[in-house]
Amino acid sequence: MGEVIEAGSWVQIYQVILPAGERAPQVPEDTKKVPLELKVKGFLKEDAELGDTVKIKTVTNRILEGELIKVNPPYEHKYGKMIPELLQVGPQIREILREEEV
Amino acid sequence: MAVNDYESVMSRKNEIMKKAVGIDYERFAQGKVGFDYERMMSEVGYKLDEIIKIQKETAVGQTPFIELKNISELARKLAPEGKGARIFLKDEAANPSGSYKARRASVSVYHAKKEGYPGVVAATSGNYGAAVASQAVMRNLESIIVQEVFDSRGVGQPEILEKGRKCEAYGSEVLQLSVGPELFYTFLRVLEDTGYFNASLYTPFGIAGVEPLGYEIVQELQERENRNPDAVIITHAGGGNLTGTARGLLKAGADDTKIVAASVDLSGLHMASDHDFNRKSFTTGHTGFGVPFATWPDRADVPRNAARALRYMDDYVTVKQGEVFYITEALAQIEGMERGPAGNTSLAAAFDLAQEMDEDQIIVVQETEYTGAGKHPMAQLNFAKENGIDVRNGNPDEEEAGKSVIIPEHPSQIRAREVELEKLKSSYLRKVIEETNVKEINDIDLQFLADEIKKTKAETREILEKEFNLSVVGG
Repeated sequence: MGEVIEAGSWVQIYQVILPAGERAPQVPEDTKKVPLELKVKGFLKEDAELGDTVKIKTVTNRILEGELIKVNPPYEHKYGKMIPELLQVGPQIREILREEEV
Repeated sequence: MAVNDYESVMSRKNEIMKKAVGIDYERFAQGKVGFDYERMMSEVGYKLDEIIKIQKETAVGQTPFIELKNISELARKLAPEGKGARIFLKDEAANPSGSYKARRASVSVYHAKKEGYPGVVAATSGNYGAAVASQAVMRNLESIIVQEVFDSRGVGQPEILEKGRKCEAYGSEVLQLSVGPELFYTFLRVLEDTGYFNASLYTPFGIAGVEPLGYEIVQELQERENRNPDAVIITHAGGGNLTGTARGLLKAGADDTKIVAASVDLSGLHMASDHDFNRKSFTTGHTGFGVPFATWPDRADVPRNAARALRYMDDYVTVKQGEVFYITEALAQIEGMERGPAGNTSLAAAFDLAQEMDEDQIIVVQETEYTGAGKHPMAQLNFAKENGIDVRNGNPDEEEAGKSVIIPEHPSQIRAREVELEKLKSSYLRKVIEETNVKEINDIDLQFLADEIKKTKAETREILEKEFNLSVVGG
């Protein structure tokens, strides 16, 4: 038994919109081999566990159904490590600006 | 009960769209191949003074207009004697949602409210989502944004993840999809399900909303320098930024100003490919949209696209991803403005073009966009490295989209590379002929096609007859 996620929690659900094999005719081969998937967030309607098929109420009050995949889904995009390839830019152009006219 | 498989929903496209945008495009039909573009713009859209009033209500526009003195000086140091135009920048990041897209959303959202729609929907992975969401809350409407975000590994493009976060920050419902053009199918289903307004990027509302941007540039420059810009350079993707800005410039009387489009060169990458999706460092402002939308604008989510870039474009140039990252860093390091990166595409091109122009000339870069986690050179370059892209310093001429990102070793390596506009114009004409299957056209058609590619009727006729063996009756 997994942990019970309470109704009203802010969650993310997952749906397959179009399975591989039912993709639009114009998509390239690599895309045809994989499903068209959707993720959307909202408030969980009833207590459930991760992996259950659940209903959520979105912020526009729509009721959507899908597989429960995350609770309090995080924003994980970031800046990350310094990029050494960009470090030279500032000093270099300031140096050019300081150079006397030849 | 409606059947919701792919084919069934797509077959209801026209009827869904008509309800969701409230425009009967049929009534602008004209001749065998075209439609009355100007009549559509004037009858459906709003007049410039009305738009300015609408935009004032939600704090859109009147953004700072800044002379980039240090970047101009840098360009002058690299240019031959007497060359090196002054570079001005319209700081569109100062709009409420952080980009010029607020202009584009403002009129659609106003119109949706006026017509009594309960909410708005937009299919966009770009800054437009946040713009629609922000304008919608200001007018007490709901919003749903449909985005293409992640590949089949579930890995999201950092820039799009950030744009999704921003939509949610404004209270929007965000539908995050994996790669594929069937996003449009999901979009149609949402429109049907909700009865919301389609805040398409490509209606006359969206395009007319950008006109004040061009208008403000001329007003500001007239006030400060008593002259019109010699060139305005516009980051080009779907064509709306260019079309709207150019129309505004013309409305302000700047008919001698050269209109230059600039896109990031992503040639070789397939935009609908699951594999290629996370191998690009730019999700907009690139040739993957810029070229197909210029050569066939009506591929958009409305029957007649109001963004028709070839009508206004005088030149089209491309820059490399590494060059845009370089200039983005330069903008922060010597102008004290952290913006972009995608919005700085036109700045990278302007930096090179300025070096070919006389030093008393003026080139205007007409936008910036906000920056932040995910939507930043560091985020994009780390992501590129994680996805096996070779990131290094070197000669950007050697950059291959999807394989490498090459940061210039020296600013003199930044180059605006000319796109053959004549070829794009020909491919537009070819597409029209294919789509309409015409064997001959009349004078009205010829005039339409000439306007579409910014040529005279005689020039257009010659191309049609010589290249496509299409005869023009009368005229």
